[in-house]
Amino acid sequence: MLGYLTRRLFYAVLAIWAVTMISFFIINLPPGDYVSSYVAQLAIQGSIIQAEEADNLREFYGLDKPMYVQYFKWMNQILHGNLGFSFEFGMPVNDVIGERLLLTMILAAGTIVFIWLVAIPIGIVSAVRQYSIWDHTFTFFGFVGLAVPDFLLALVMMYFAFVLFDFSVGGLFSPEYVTAAWSFGRGFDLAQHMIIPIIILGTAGTASLIRITRANLLDELRKPYVSTARAKGLSETRLILKYPVRLALNPAISMTAYILPFLVSGSIVVSVVLGLPTVGPILLKSLVAQDMYLAGAIVFLIGSMTVVGTFLSDLLLVWADPRVQFEGR
Amino acid sequence: MNMNPVDQEQSLDVEEFVEERISVASQRQLVWWRFKRHKVALIATAIVISFYVIVVFADFLSTSDPSDSEAYRGLMPPQTVKVFDGWKPSLHVCAITGERSKITFQKEYTRDCTEKIPVRLFARGYQYKLFGVIPTDRHLLGMSDDTLRPEDYIYLIGTDKQGRDMYSRLLHGTRISLTIGLFGVGMSIVLGIVLGAISGFYGGLIDNLIQRLVEIVRSIPSIPLYMGIAAAFPADWSILKIYFAITIIISLFAWTDLARVIRGRFLTMRDEDFVTAAMLSGASQRRIIFRHMLPSFYSHIIAAASLALPFMIIAETTLSFLGLGLRPPAISWGTLLQDAQNVQTIALTPWLMIPAIPVILIILALNFMGDGLRDAADPYSN
Amino acid sequence: MNIEQTETEILNTGTEPLLSVKDLKTYFFTDEGTVKAVDGASFDVQSGTTLGIVGESGCGKSITAKSILQIIDSPGRIVDGEVNFNPNGEASRNLLEMKPNGSDIRSVRGGDISMIFQEPMTSFSPVHTFGNQIIEAIRLHSSLEIKEAHDLAVDWMSRVGIPNPEQRMSEYAYQFSGGQRQRAMIAMALCTEPKLLIADEPTTALDVTTQAQILDLLQSLQKQNGMSIMFITHDLGVIAEIADTVAVMYLGRVVEVGPVETIFSSPKHPYTKALLSSVPTVYAAPRERLPSITGAIPHPQNRPSGCAFHPRCSSYMSEICSVKEPELLSVGTDQQASCFLYGRD
Repeated sequence: MLGYLTRRLFYAVLAIWAVTMISFFIINLPPGDYVSSYVAQLAIQGSIIQAEEADNLREFYGLDKPMYVQYFKWMNQILHGNLGFSFEFGMPVNDVIGERLLLTMILAAGTIVFIWLVAIPIGIVSAVRQYSIWDHTFTFFGFVGLAVPDFLLALVMMYFAFVLFDFSVGGLFSPEYVTAAWSFGRGFDLAQHMIIPIIILGTAGTASLIRITRANLLDELRKPYVSTARAKGLSETRLILKYPVRLALNPAISMTAYILPFLVSGSIVVSVVLGLPTVGPILLKSLVAQDMYLAGAIVFLIGSMTVVGTFLSDLLLVWADPRVQFEGR
Repeated sequence: MNMNPVDQEQSLDVEEFVEERISVASQRQLVWWRFKRHKVALIATAIVISFYVIVVFADFLSTSDPSDSEAYRGLMPPQTVKVFDGWKPSLHVCAITGERSKITFQKEYTRDCTEKIPVRLFARGYQYKLFGVIPTDRHLLGMSDDTLRPEDYIYLIGTDKQGRDMYSRLLHGTRISLTIGLFGVGMSIVLGIVLGAISGFYGGLIDNLIQRLVEIVRSIPSIPLYMGIAAAFPADWSILKIYFAITIIISLFAWTDLARVIRGRFLTMRDEDFVTAAMLSGASQRRIIFRHMLPSFYSHIIAAASLALPFMIIAETTLSFLGLGLRPPAISWGTLLQDAQNVQTIALTPWLMIPAIPVILIILALNFMGDGLRDAADPYSN
Repeated sequence: MNIEQTETEILNTGTEPLLSVKDLKTYFFTDEGTVKAVDGASFDVQSGTTLGIVGESGCGKSITAKSILQIIDSPGRIVDGEVNFNPNGEASRNLLEMKPNGSDIRSVRGGDISMIFQEPMTSFSPVHTFGNQIIEAIRLHSSLEIKEAHDLAVDWMSRVGIPNPEQRMSEYAYQFSGGQRQRAMIAMALCTEPKLLIADEPTTALDVTTQAQILDLLQSLQKQNGMSIMFITHDLGVIAEIADTVAVMYLGRVVEVGPVETIFSSPKHPYTKALLSSVPTVYAAPRERLPSITGAIPHPQNRPSGCAFHPRCSSYMSEICSVKEPELLSVGTDQQASCFLYGRD
């Protein structure tokens, strides 16, 4: 067990390292560098920096050093909690991001909970009552949910909410709570507003999970240990929940780990469409404006959080199915 | 004394015959037979094929040049083609008159069926090259030449903000959205097969390394990465360059599933007797991989490809929708949907959302088709 | 197997059998057609004895066993027949009349009638410990506390010959060897002291040595608590060793029933005769062709008309064998066979 977990931790760290490299790569993609952007911005504001001064600045920031040195300097800054400066917003990146990162993660976590609460029971019913009207209905909706891209779903729901209910979908807080401190009331307000985004984000994941649960449960239901349990005199409900469902949960857990990156991606898109105060909209803005420190920082944070989340679900998987660690892959 | 009845013998023969047919059927035939039994998958395949027919014949099926913009015809509603005029058969559309409202300053349109614009099949329209080589100006549907007036028009799905025909743009968008997917899938298939095969065939350290790579790639959220990389394209790159660059980037993330499947199959096949036999008879490793092992994967590969394609399409559509992928004047479903970005627009001009329908349709069709192929690809699974 | 014991027991308990299956019919309604897996099986199990059900693969033996406890998976369904169970010497109840999965049949399952299966590896849940599964069986049919049930389980594990039973309780199925898993399954089946143990090919997946051990174990346990065993197998050798009475099945019907010595020494039904003569023997002359039954088993969906065995029968009589289905008739004092050689209906 310990060996397995150490291995997964190691790979998670590797993944995060890859994320930092990609983020750094993104930061440096556009032509020019930090100092030239800084100079350009100052020029807009009216002050002119001489070329010599600019070069001094470059030396100061280490921008004349080779790439890998710059990389280490950037990483060093990050580890000290300083994510850089955003030109677009004119303030440190940390301030721009603020609580948005937290909200993004809450949204992703909430969606996972939603997916599990909805998909597992539906998957079970679908498998146990195979070919019934319920099964076919759920399977159909499942497919539709899988096929519609998140942003489209967001658009469609916004449309119907607006047209049918004259209800504007958007934002995660009511006006009075937007800048308030955290409290129970604020949390409750957040929960209410999150329902629609979660439903939108969760449809594809729910569809996948339903299909996977149903397929695996169908396989397990045919297995001999189910007959044994029945021959012992267990009632149908108890035996289904205790044995085949328990075993079908394992692929479900690993699937959840798999969709976490997609969830985070999807939340970016949905946040843009719905105007949610999460990381998504500012990522988009920063990219369009080529505000690369902000963009790189966000990519780094999001990527790392996702890797961490994947690692956590690996832990969950090992706890749920001890056989996983023996996989001699 | 065996006096077996004759009919018993005959029915035994029939059974033996059927069983023999199954046992000598080639892999491909088995797969095809099983696929045929999935009615839904067949319908889905038909849909997919018709989409690609549209890709080839986009110009023929269009009613106007997709880049033709008429500023004063912006945001016009759809005109349905009517087949009868009272009792007379006559193909036409109703004209639409527009007035600027004095209150909202928006143009408001109403259908005016007193004015009919005749329409005919195989009409003349703008010039194009069929299959890229044959110059012609015939289109499937268009306005009738004899009664053509400069102010006549036919907009089957309405127009966008700049007065361009949405229907023709939709058809052309299909072209780009579906072919980007193909290139991307092609690339990721190559990546997936190569890496998966190496991983599965050699095993050991190489396998380990590649599997770690797979896991790392899979645990990173793709869209922020796409967005980041896509935004960094210099603004002066041509559309074509951006097109290919996007394809490459997307396929760098999409190969993992196929690689996993191929690796799994290689691992199990490696220990099969026929591979050992091939090795013992002196075949080179390359020959073993390509000639002996790979052919049994074709159906898996096709299945994985048809399930990877929706992924590509969604990625490109999302990117373009956000403004980070293809940019105008390139036409893809994503760029078309850019116009439908907020609720107010949609509420007033809902037809701008129509490009969403083919997206959903093709993704559903590809998923069903891929599922059917995947079920059929494993002849021994049931 | 003990001749005197068998006869005495039959005489002692009177003629009321512990389990009496009459004309059981279980069909599978599939897309390709209806498969009549069991099509009129009848036999009795006397208490304290072992009934061996023997037949080739696909003749419906397992389905018959599962039908008794109503644990048939869809698309299968029991369409006809009676299964009269009489555990206490009072009035017998028809198990098939109990509501499927209702509390009545569930108290019989694992309680008065236990069943063990062929594949002990896959018959246990891989993610629950042995202890968990055995204790569950005990507590389903008694009011013991967990601690008491635990002790009882450990006791049974050692009775079936599993070393270190205490430790085994918290282990998983994959940690056991094949023979030990089967022993554990027997422990789980018997810890509720059932009157009847249905054993569905329990030794088929084991090697010969382990097989012998398991058979010995079953016989000694039977001597200890006087339960009946319904032993299903395709192996005639096992039947010879363990059964008191034998029922031979072919294509879903019982074609011959009788005490084991009589069946082996003077089989009456042509199928039984053919089966017995196809067993290779040391006494055969060298280079002599191994006798086999001509033809092949028909697919259950292509059931031959009349007597199901007639296309392969060496005593085929054209006027009747392909026309009418034979019933089980008495042949001799304690034997029954369904063949027109022994009388028309």
